[in-house]
Order: sequence, then structure tokens, then C-alpha cells
Amino acid sequence: MAKTLFDKVWDAHVVKQLEGNIDVLYIDRHLIHEVTSPQAFAELEKRNLPLFRKEQMVATPDHNVPTENQHLPIRDALSKHQVDTLIKNCEKFNVELYGLGHPFQGIVHVIGPELGVTLPGRTMVCGDSHTSTHGAFGAIAFGIGTSQVAQVMASQCLLQTRPKTMRITVDGELAKGVLAKDIILYIIAQLTAAGGTGYFVEYAGSAIESLSMEARMTICNMSIEMGARGGMIAPDQTTFDYIEGREFAPHGEDFEKALAYWKTLKTDEGAKFDKEYNFNAADIAPMITYGTNPGMGIKINDKVPEKLGEGNQDSFRKSLDYMGFGPGESLLGKEVNWVFIGSCTNSRIEDLRIVADYVKGKKKADGVNAMIVPGSKQVEKQAIEEGLDKVLMEAGFVLREPGCSACLGMNEDKVPAGEYCVSTSNRNFEGRQGPGARTLLASPLVAAITAVEGKIVDITKHLN
Amino acid sequence: MEKFSKVISKAVPLPNEDVDTDQIIPARFLKATSREGFGDNLFRDWRFNSDDSPKADFVLNDDTYSGQILVAGRNFGCGSSREHAAWALADYGFKVVVSSFFADIFKGNALGNGLLPVQVSDDYLAELIAAIKADPATEVTVDLPNQTISFNGNEATFEVNAYKKECMLNGYDDIDYLVSIKDEIEAYEASAITI
Repeated sequence: MAKTLFDKVWDAHVVKQLEGNIDVLYIDRHLIHEVTSPQAFAELEKRNLPLFRKEQMVATPDHNVPTENQHLPIRDALSKHQVDTLIKNCEKFNVELYGLGHPFQGIVHVIGPELGVTLPGRTMVCGDSHTSTHGAFGAIAFGIGTSQVAQVMASQCLLQTRPKTMRITVDGELAKGVLAKDIILYIIAQLTAAGGTGYFVEYAGSAIESLSMEARMTICNMSIEMGARGGMIAPDQTTFDYIEGREFAPHGEDFEKALAYWKTLKTDEGAKFDKEYNFNAADIAPMITYGTNPGMGIKINDKVPEKLGEGNQDSFRKSLDYMGFGPGESLLGKEVNWVFIGSCTNSRIEDLRIVADYVKGKKKADGVNAMIVPGSKQVEKQAIEEGLDKVLMEAGFVLREPGCSACLGMNEDKVPAGEYCVSTSNRNFEGRQGPGARTLLASPLVAAITAVEGKIVDITKHLN
Repeated sequence: MEKFSKVISKAVPLPNEDVDTDQIIPARFLKATSREGFGDNLFRDWRFNSDDSPKADFVLNDDTYSGQILVAGRNFGCGSSREHAAWALADYGFKVVVSSFFADIFKGNALGNGLLPVQVSDDYLAELIAAIKADPATEVTVDLPNQTISFNGNEATFEVNAYKKECMLNGYDDIDYLVSIKDEIEAYEASAITI
């Protein structure tokens, strides 16, 4: 029978099936960080259980870490305690840890792929909803809660109901200035923040195939923002070229052997999905969000809608009140004084290059705080090698050290109450970037242009 | 996990749609290394001003409403996978969340912590919220063995996975089961494609 990519990878990982449509799913790789792992380690200790497969785990601190002076002790006592707890647990259970200062440290979803831990056909989990990022390689990757983190630690398995499958096909050519972030914000705006709930998504079509691995990761990363458990893209030559030579990827003969298997990982002709959507790349324009969930996005030149859906408008109005926008209003000309470029969505070398390329020889507007936080030590190192740090600094941007940073404001990097931040991150929820902060999600290019202009502009007028 | 069977209680209405887990428990309160005490910061920024004084207009600060059942708008629990959201709701004292739609990860986290997500139709949800607002003393009954919810004689059934139901009724955790099938997992490992 013709199978989808998802079915192929899922079926290869079913240890056994239980009544009630529950599968015991084997997990190949488990990524952990400091926020969602301490209670899981404590659970193992409480039950006196050993760690089942420590060699299939990778740990790094990312959510809490400061993005300045990482060589000094963490000043926030609670953050320090959480990071220290991760170190202590990794020592006790003998788990590989890339701690602060280690050349492999970074946001879990940035380091997995760049180290070659993320591979096609693997199942991967992490106590973080943006684990969907790794699906860009044709892996089944999804976020889990802390109790499940403990289950994977104890058994390398999870009890899962099989999600339904959805295919989203984007064909055609993207217009100039339209990036992967615009594609996914456009899709979420069409499907809404709950439109993918219950589904695992495969992204396909010529517009997706034309993207780099970094861009594919941006798309899969935000699958959760429409409620989907995960997103995936069939591996192809772009994928194989990215993987080859990476630290933990198979090498030599093993790589060739893996390659033969990876090439089978695509949806068969005639395979059926539970739901299909088709979009034309030419309909997509640079996007921005105006509300308090990622489904509330518009083309940057469009106006805020008059209403949302057919039902009760209370939540829509509450959202606009929070953002300080009115129905039918244009965002063009709105002054912005914070720009954040970073997060597991857009903090890879390609994102930094896009920003540096635009701001080269320009200056950020007065009064704009422009923060760039690379996704990992490796991204930071490469940016410096390419001289991007100098370009960014000359333009008035601050290049920080790696971490999740102002995406969720667990460290000092917060946006003040009431202020607008154009952010390349993934969530515009109330208070996400700090209590009262107002987040507008956009691509790194839109963020860079906003920083230079100091306000939201029609970006097509600013492209050469 | 505590055993769950039946809850008869007044209910608290929170009709907001798309309530994300950042609202249920903001990220800055995720720095704890234990599971306890998250209820204090449940809905922190909706419940308290920046000077920690309570916001009088938020439903949890309104003495009119109380109970172990939270009745929330569509797409409850979207966003971050933080299990702390389920811990915070349970720690505050909720045993049931009723909504017309739940986000996947939240639903799983709730079921694993003895907090029952009860999914009803949009119409039933609207009727329930209207009834609670009309009379905050309205008693709501949630019966897990029979998979029913009722108030004022208005009854609906709800779905729950058969395995998860067994776990909740008996207080079992997934981890107990997974550890018990270690031999089968090792047999799978020996036969699986390894790259």
C-alpha cells in the first residue's frame, strides 16, 4: 500500500500496539534542556529507575542562560540553580552535556541539526514544543511534557495515539523579499492557530523543495503554532549535502548505507492524507502579525481585519486592545523601538546573513534597541569568521551570546510593557517577551528593515 | 497519580478563546526544579497587577465563582509544551477543564496529571457558560466512568481514550507500564533499523 513519509517513519518505530489505538513508539534521540528536565530526573530518582539509554540523549542549557558575559556566573539565582541542576543531573546520570562555554552549546533545536544528531527517519523528542523543527530533515520530531521526558529517560519509548496526516503543498516561485518565515506565517494565518491540531504535517511542493535546510527548519519549527504535533519535509539532495561531514552524522561507508535508506523516505505516489491544502507561492507576501496568537497574521501592506471568524468577537477585541491596534487599521508607519532577531525559528547563520546583508552600510534608527542572538556557539563563531559581527555592530546592532533570550524572556532579555517589538521568534502571546510586551512576528528581513526605519514599512520599497 | 472518578462542583467560567500556556503559567515562573507550588502563579498576569495586587475583574479574583471545574473557550492550552500549565491548574485546585477544543500537548499533559480535559460542542459550552453566569451556584457533574457531563439536567457525553481512562480511574502512570515492557523494547532495538 502506498505510504506517506510520516507513515514510513512512524511504522518503523512502533514497538507494539495496545488497545485503544495506542502505540508504544520508540524514540531514537532525546534532547533535554534545563527547564523541563529537573522534575523528570527527580522522577527517576524517586522511583529508583536507571536511565535507559543515556547515549541517545543530548543536553544543553538554553532557555534561562544570559546572553552577555556567559563566562561569568549566572546572576539570577533561580536561573543559576536550574542550570546547575542540569549540570548536576548530567554528571550523576552520565549524560553528554554541552554547557555554557562549550563550542557545541546553543538552542537545542539549533544544535541538533548542526551536530548531525538530527537525521532523516529518526524519531526525536524534547520537552519543548518547537522540537517540530527537526522534521525539516524527514524526522518525526515533537514536543512533550515533563512526565513524558521521564518516560523516555526510563524506557526510550512513549505511549502515543497516531496523529492524522495533513499535506500542505506550496508550488511556484516566491517573490523577492518573501522568506520561509513569510510562508509559514501565511499558512498559519490561513489555517488558524488551531487548524493543525490532531495532525502531523508534511510540507511539499516546488516552493518548499527550493528552500535551504535553514529555511525548511523555520517552516517546520512553527508547525506547533497551528496546533500540529509536528511538521516534516522529505529529505532530498539539499538535506544530504547539509548532513554530510557533520560531527555525529554517519561517515564514509556508513553515510552511503544511510543515504540508501534516506532516499526511500518520501511519500509514495497515491498515498492518502487525512487532509490536504494547496497554496500558490505567488500569493505569499512579506507577513507580520497584529494580534496575540501566531494565526493573527497579515501581509505587511494589508490592514488589520474588521473581525475574525464568524463567532463571538470578544477574544479578537481583547487581543487588539492588548496590542493597541484597531480593526481595519494599517500597521504601516507604526513606530517600533525593539527588534529581536533570534530564537529556534530564525537564529541560524542564514538568518544572520540576511540581516547583515541588508544593514551593511546602514544604521539602525535612533531609539531602536536591536538585539541579535545567534542560535548556537557554532553560529556565533561562523558569523564572526564571516565578519558579520562587524557589519552588525557598525549598523548599531548588538550581537549577543547564544540562547533562547527574548523569545520568551526567561533571562534578562525582555521587552518593556507596552512597547512594540518586531521579532523573528515564534510566539506573539500576551507577555511572551516580558509582562505587557507587544510582539509582532516577522521574517529576519522585515525585522532588519524595521530596525533601520524605526517603524513598520512597505518592505518592497526597500529592496534593491 | 491520584485516582479520578466523579466530580460534582460549581464551575469557574473563562470564555477567552486560544488561552495559551504562557497565560496559564508565564515562562518566568518556570525556574523551579520541583512540581509544587505553581498554583500561586496560575494566570499570573491576568490575575495580578505588576505590583502583585489582584486584578478585581479577573474571574479567579471574583468571589462570585468558585469550584474545581474550569470552563474555558475554544483551543485551550495552545502554545508551549510546558507541563507546568497542567501542574498549575491542578495545584490551584482544578480537577476538570471543560472546553470545546483542546491543544494536543496540553491535553496529554493534563491526563497525565489527574486533570481531566472534557471536550464538548461549541453550543454546549455556550449553554454551560450562560448557566454559570446566570447562577454561579450551578452544580456541574463530570462522571468519568460514564463519560458524561451534566448541569441543570442538560447532559452531554465526552470522548476519552480508553487507555487514558483506565489510567485516570486507577491512578496509573505511563511510566509504570513502559518500564514493565523493557524486554520487548530491547527486542525492538535488536531488530530495528539503526543509523
